[in-house]
Amino acid sequence: MPVDILMPALSPTMEKGNLAKWLKNEGDKVKSGDILAEIETDKATMEVEAVDEGILAKILVPAGTQDVPVNQKIAIIAAEGESISEMVIAAPASAPKASTSPIAAAHVTAPAIVSTPSSVSAYDASSEVPAGTEFVTQTMREALRDAMAEEMRRDGDVFIMGEEVAEYQGAYKITQGLLQEFGPERVVDTPITEHGFAGLAVGAAFTGLKPIVEFMTFNFAMQAIDHIINSAAKTLYMSGGQMGCPIVFRGPNGAAARVAAQHSQDYSAWYSNIPGLLVVAPSNAADAKGLLKAAIRNPNPVVFLENEILYGQSGPVPKLDDFVLPIGKARIARSGSDVTIVSFAIGMTYALKAADELSSQGINAEVIDLRTIRPMDIETVLASVQKTGRCVTVEEGWPQSGVGSEISAQIMERAFDYLDAPVMRICGKDVPMPYAANLEKLALPTIGEVVETVKAVCYR
Amino acid sequence: MAVAARKTTSAGRASTSVKSTASRSGSKKNSLPQNFTRDEDVRAYREMLLIRRFEEKAGQMYGMGLIGGFCHLYIGQEAVVVGMEMAQKDGDQVITSYRDHGHMIACGMDPKGVMAELTGRRGGLSKGKGGSMHMFSVEKQFYGGHGIVGAQVPLGTGLAFANRYKKNGQVSIVYFGDGAANQGQVYESFNMAELWKLPVVYVIENNRYAMGTSVSRASAQTDFSKRGISFNIPGEQVDGMDVRAVRDAADRAIQWCRDGKGPYILEMQTYRYRGHSMSDPAKYRSKDEVQKMREEHDPIEQVRARLLKDWKLSEDALKAVDAEVRDIVNEAAEFATNDPEPDPSELWTDILK
Ligand SMILES: Cc1ncc(C[n+]2csc(CCOP(=O)(O)OP(=O)(O)O)c2C)c(N)n1
Ligand SMILES: [Mg+2]
Repeated sequence: MPVDILMPALSPTMEKGNLAKWLKNEGDKVKSGDILAEIETDKATMEVEAVDEGILAKILVPAGTQDVPVNQKIAIIAAEGESISEMVIAAPASAPKASTSPIAAAHVTAPAIVSTPSSVSAYDASSEVPAGTEFVTQTMREALRDAMAEEMRRDGDVFIMGEEVAEYQGAYKITQGLLQEFGPERVVDTPITEHGFAGLAVGAAFTGLKPIVEFMTFNFAMQAIDHIINSAAKTLYMSGGQMGCPIVFRGPNGAAARVAAQHSQDYSAWYSNIPGLLVVAPSNAADAKGLLKAAIRNPNPVVFLENEILYGQSGPVPKLDDFVLPIGKARIARSGSDVTIVSFAIGMTYALKAADELSSQGINAEVIDLRTIRPMDIETVLASVQKTGRCVTVEEGWPQSGVGSEISAQIMERAFDYLDAPVMRICGKDVPMPYAANLEKLALPTIGEVVETVKAVCYR
Repeated sequence: MAVAARKTTSAGRASTSVKSTASRSGSKKNSLPQNFTRDEDVRAYREMLLIRRFEEKAGQMYGMGLIGGFCHLYIGQEAVVVGMEMAQKDGDQVITSYRDHGHMIACGMDPKGVMAELTGRRGGLSKGKGGSMHMFSVEKQFYGGHGIVGAQVPLGTGLAFANRYKKNGQVSIVYFGDGAANQGQVYESFNMAELWKLPVVYVIENNRYAMGTSVSRASAQTDFSKRGISFNIPGEQVDGMDVRAVRDAADRAIQWCRDGKGPYILEMQTYRYRGHSMSDPAKYRSKDEVQKMREEHDPIEQVRARLLKDWKLSEDALKAVDAEVRDIVNEAAEFATNDPEPDPSELWTDILK
């Protein structure tokens, strides 16, 4: 029985790719494990392996073809002795079935980055950069890398350590090129020993070095949280101000896609509970750059929460020699008069899209991007709520004791008389993150929920 | 497809081939492994082939977008879990990392349920809520499936604590990688296990890499069988590509535990053919290295050669095994493709009892 080889996907979100080259020719014998072809997308290249043996009877998509849809038939493998011509005729371009594709995506040459929701709306940095500043378009990934590289050039005490940060160039490719520029003394691959290397870095910071600790994801920082809180956050206080800890703990935080409960958690509220820590969570490339530079220079321990889904999103970044943003300052991402939506990090994606939709329904929302969770710029939130009289918070984290709960409490204490409706919270559902695609969608907030909740507080 | 656990304990073999003093020095290389009987070779072949075909199919289904997130394949390492399983008794517990499909199949968990979990369907072993890295079976005494590197080591030590507490004669088999072996909690576990003489076999699956980091770039002591020396835990290095060597060592280790002598470390020297997960560039090793392993040390090919040469099985007989295994895997794939997603109400279930 001939078997069809289909165009593989290297992530559930990949829709098409280029067929770069064939490594076997028509008529070649192939056995399980042989590499048949190379496939490229903008993010990665991948080898297509045979998992059955036979003869590569027919190549249906020639090398060099662009934009081949996933699951299109690209070749046919025949058992020895089977006639090729018969098969080509007998091979209608049918929908793929799981049992008919003898290929496997084997080796991919870049991390499979989940395709992203469309980008957060244009960055307005006019108040934070000199008039006439040029902007360049960068992904958040590049902006973070540049921030670290600039600070490492500027200050020899800054170094980075973590799993796969050096030779592998970062599990999510944030440290790309740093080993090449700064060498292995300053770009340090660690064993998988988060509690150990976090503690080691805190010790180094006590002496005045300025470590950047990359956690492959913040889920794994739970192994190290004792050092982040008990050692890094509290030592200045316990030493009567003698001994500081200038350190940045950074890495992707929150849900990625389809990686289930242990790998999908938002720690914003957790770290924001701790006196002695600063907690930053940028939503776009420019903020990521300006705030990471500020975090590295800051003499205190900073927990810098990134988001995997935002890494690939591009935005304008000011073209300045030294673009540093203040920690602890929120940004009004969109001004409005009817209701205040407060969010941060990936939550801004929902907030801004909801605001667009609401404006088409005649509701003019002001959207505040907190950017820093601790210390929180509650003054900016209060000023807005005093104007609008209504507030909805948006985050992917869980509801109880979440960031939205804190905002709600602060507004109640300090702007109660201005409120025309209760403060409402949009959060991730109060469940561990499920794996199944449909359940995962249900567990996360939606733009629709934000729209409906805003309408409710506007009594519409 | 049940994989019945072997009921005998092979105590005879175990007691003759290990001296406690010798093993205490760690790193003991075994002499030639005990040969398998014909039935044992057939069984090992079938079990390993089933895991391999299952994993190949999972890779394929990932390529088709049916499986999402992280998916870590076990291809190349099959002899480890099959050899261990052949030495276990019913009731012995197994716990491992996210690279868990092979372990579940060897434990006798239903390939349909495993595959349907990979596709996130309601018939999956965790009802679609756990995914590739998080599956469990009380019935088969399989305790997961853990996504946090090293976490299964204290958990598995706890299973052994319970065995001793209940005096049930069972042994806990705890698998972890060369990378996980550097986590601090591993050594906290070793200390308690020896201190309290817990019946636990630590199986370090040294496949030479932790993601893109080779053993020598991450480990000061690369002989993992010696990792228990300062706790007085005996250890052995084992050819983890030879299922007979694995079974032999497993017999010794498990017997040691059952005799109440405490924990035992087995470093299984093995190799993963595929990338760390589906999205691994695998630039950290050469294609030649992989090819050489596949050609010279493949665990399945070794048994296949014995079946043909020593046991004079015909090619047709082997083809029949292949066909049977393929049918099981195809059935699993079909089920996992067509089974519906979980009911939306499942989002809110199983959070508290
Ligand atoms: C605490 C923790 N840190 C990091 C990771 C990310 N990670 C997943 S697998 C892995 C490599 C583990 O290698 P090894 O223990 O050798 O097992 P193998 O994958 O080779 O089976 C890493 C770093 C994680 N899941 N958990
Ligand atoms: Mg490994």
